[in-house]
Amino acid sequence: MEKTGAQILVESLLKENVEVVFGLPGGQALPIFDAIHGSKLNFVLTRHEQAASHMADGYARSTGKPGVCIVTSGPGATNIVTGLATAYMDSVPLVAFTGQVSTAVIGQDAFQEADTTGITRPVTKHNFLVKDVKNLAKTIKEAFYIATTGRPGPVLVDIPVDVQRGICEFEYPEKIDIRSYKPTIHGHSGQIKKAAEIINKSERPVLYIGAGVVVSNAEPEILEMSKKSDIPVTNTLLAVGAYPHDTKLSLNMLGMHGTFWANRAVQNADAIIAVGARFDDRCTGKVCDFAKSANIIHIDVDPTSIAKIIDSDIPVVGDAKTILKELIPLVKKAERKDWIEKIEKWKKEAPLEFDRNDDKVHPQYVIEKLSEMTKGEAIVTTEVGQHQMWAAHYYKAAKPRNFISSGGLGTMGYGFPAGLGAKFGNMDKEVIVIAGDGSFQMNMQEMAVSMLNKANVKVVILNNQYLGMVRQWQQMFYEKHYSHTCLAKRKGCPDLCNTPDRDKCPVYLPDFVKWAESYGALGIRVQSKKDIEPALKKMLETDNSVVLDIWTEIEENVFPMVPAGASLDDIITRMNG
Amino acid sequence: MRHTISVLVENKFGVLARIATLFAARGFNIDSLAVGETEDPAISRMTIVVKGDDDILEQVTKQLNKLVDVIKVNDFNDVGYVERGLALLKINVTKSNRAEIMQMVDVFRAKIIDVSQDSIIAEITGDEEKIDAFVKMIMPYGIKEMCQTGTVALARGNK
Ligand SMILES: Cc1ncc(C[n+]2csc(CCOP(=O)(O)OP(=O)(O)O)c2C)c(N)n1
Ligand SMILES: [Mg+2]
Repeated sequence: MEKTGAQILVESLLKENVEVVFGLPGGQALPIFDAIHGSKLNFVLTRHEQAASHMADGYARSTGKPGVCIVTSGPGATNIVTGLATAYMDSVPLVAFTGQVSTAVIGQDAFQEADTTGITRPVTKHNFLVKDVKNLAKTIKEAFYIATTGRPGPVLVDIPVDVQRGICEFEYPEKIDIRSYKPTIHGHSGQIKKAAEIINKSERPVLYIGAGVVVSNAEPEILEMSKKSDIPVTNTLLAVGAYPHDTKLSLNMLGMHGTFWANRAVQNADAIIAVGARFDDRCTGKVCDFAKSANIIHIDVDPTSIAKIIDSDIPVVGDAKTILKELIPLVKKAERKDWIEKIEKWKKEAPLEFDRNDDKVHPQYVIEKLSEMTKGEAIVTTEVGQHQMWAAHYYKAAKPRNFISSGGLGTMGYGFPAGLGAKFGNMDKEVIVIAGDGSFQMNMQEMAVSMLNKANVKVVILNNQYLGMVRQWQQMFYEKHYSHTCLAKRKGCPDLCNTPDRDKCPVYLPDFVKWAESYGALGIRVQSKKDIEPALKKMLETDNSVVLDIWTEIEENVFPMVPAGASLDDIITRMNG
Repeated sequence: MRHTISVLVENKFGVLARIATLFAARGFNIDSLAVGETEDPAISRMTIVVKGDDDILEQVTKQLNKLVDVIKVNDFNDVGYVERGLALLKINVTKSNRAEIMQMVDVFRAKIIDVSQDSIIAEITGDEEKIDAFVKMIMPYGIKEMCQTGTVALARGNK
């Protein structure tokens, strides 16, 4: 049947079983929005395009399915660049559609023209400018295929308005074959054998797992292998929840804000088995001092991840789950008593801690309670900063897709819209955003989306009155020069203030409780320890969007910490220590 | 080390930009670049000459392979190959040195393709070394202008 380009887009999305699309219209996308009008497509109108891209991302990370957003040309397209870059860094499958000026005027600086494919080239896995409506259906098919296969990532399709209006015969391709794009699935069996030999010979192995394990749903295989051969497991921020918490083999996170024992284990290992992790600098610390005595096995679907930062002795390119299934039978059963005992000792030497006995509002305590009360079954998304690290330390996500956070790009303003996106993919689940007071203000306008769609997303603001993570660095490495990190500072404050005190500081803006109420959401302020648990309980019981504005200790710091550029050996476990 | 890399790509709009961006984003300087259709008009071959550390080069090769429009990447340094480039040189001539220059052109099997009162244009093809040597010999007479194509290369046939 003959259809317009805009209709072809809508029909193709339905063929791809797209459940929900996020976005915001504009002049060069009008035909698309006209085709959406009255169609079966479930479209969620956001208040900012950046939020639309993060919602698509949160939807994708929480469900494993591709997230989709549609925005207009020019400013609509430039507004999603941060969302694309966030998804690109963390290997999240997104398909973004942008309106574009008519093909006849491309290059003439037409109204709301931007070189969208040019701007987004470095932050997408691939992008397309569709110049002929005849190529549209095939391009959409390719976009979904590229976004979701191999190492997933965002793909953008730019559609000029005349192509949206153009008419052609519509047939959605069943199959697809791109001769220049063939991701490797099966690992080289010779390499897998060699990897097994190294593991079998090792005495102090560590499994280091990242987002690739989550993407390939390889958690069961990681668990099986670690149990079979008694191998402790450390995870990156993106793999929180991919391995059970609190067992003798769980090391928790490694790296800059990793646990003392995970970092000690890595540094003392004689074999590192990296699976779906890319040796990011936040994980390795000073590269030349990383795991010096270890043989490195690196399993990754992306060949460019291998030997990019750390040379590996045994690289294996392919899908994590497929490779592990082949590797596990070759790995001998083992018991590594000495190694595990050594790790137990490190666990006792410097546990994750905060003062549980005083009556201050410690942010860690809030998350610990939340974790207990939800049993890790709620989907938690985070913003970026100190609260994010505390969430990673104390929220015991029951599965990896229950912990969603911007790792590679560290995008403030990600958490709230990502939480909304996650909710649209999991309407039956509790979604809780652990937010910093700074980050939340970057996309809080999306409360309208939560309210109008009855999404009932819960937001826990750990309000420390600061851009806390930056303040921590200023305290530790810049002589307490709290330059432009205080969010309460106003005209009349002492210029060089570094002695914050809630009772004396200017009133905090905005009043998050009144702000929440203005949307019809429930707002609760918490200022004392005894009110934390009741407020969390109330939040979980409430059938509405909720904002908890929790006024925490202002100058609490995240520990452990490996200073930027230092070796993982030089981990600091407490202030002045 | 100097590497001659051959990249077979889909003959599509924007591919050259993708490849140029990739090199630029990694701070890699391209010595020369030649692009043209192959025996299959749907496929273009880019011949890229770069100098750099082998580790970085391995990373660049992998990054090239990762681009969706790239069909095949070969580092010709790993195989036997032939390469050619072409240069045009506009050379100052006088009555007294004209014969000498002509002789030089002959020795290098270059060609004169334009002649005027006070200059000639010579065309030379060959590998980088040959072209460099010719330019060096001509330099003392005065080169008014010069331009060069990127190097093109093919792997040798099986022996
Ligand atoms: C978009 C963006 N801008 C700036 C930064 C740098 N940055 C990292 S953490 C942080 C502070 C975040 O403050 P808040 O959300 O209040 O969290 P806290 O650290 O106080 O828990 C800043 C400014 C960033 N990560 N992202
Ligand atoms: Mg803060």
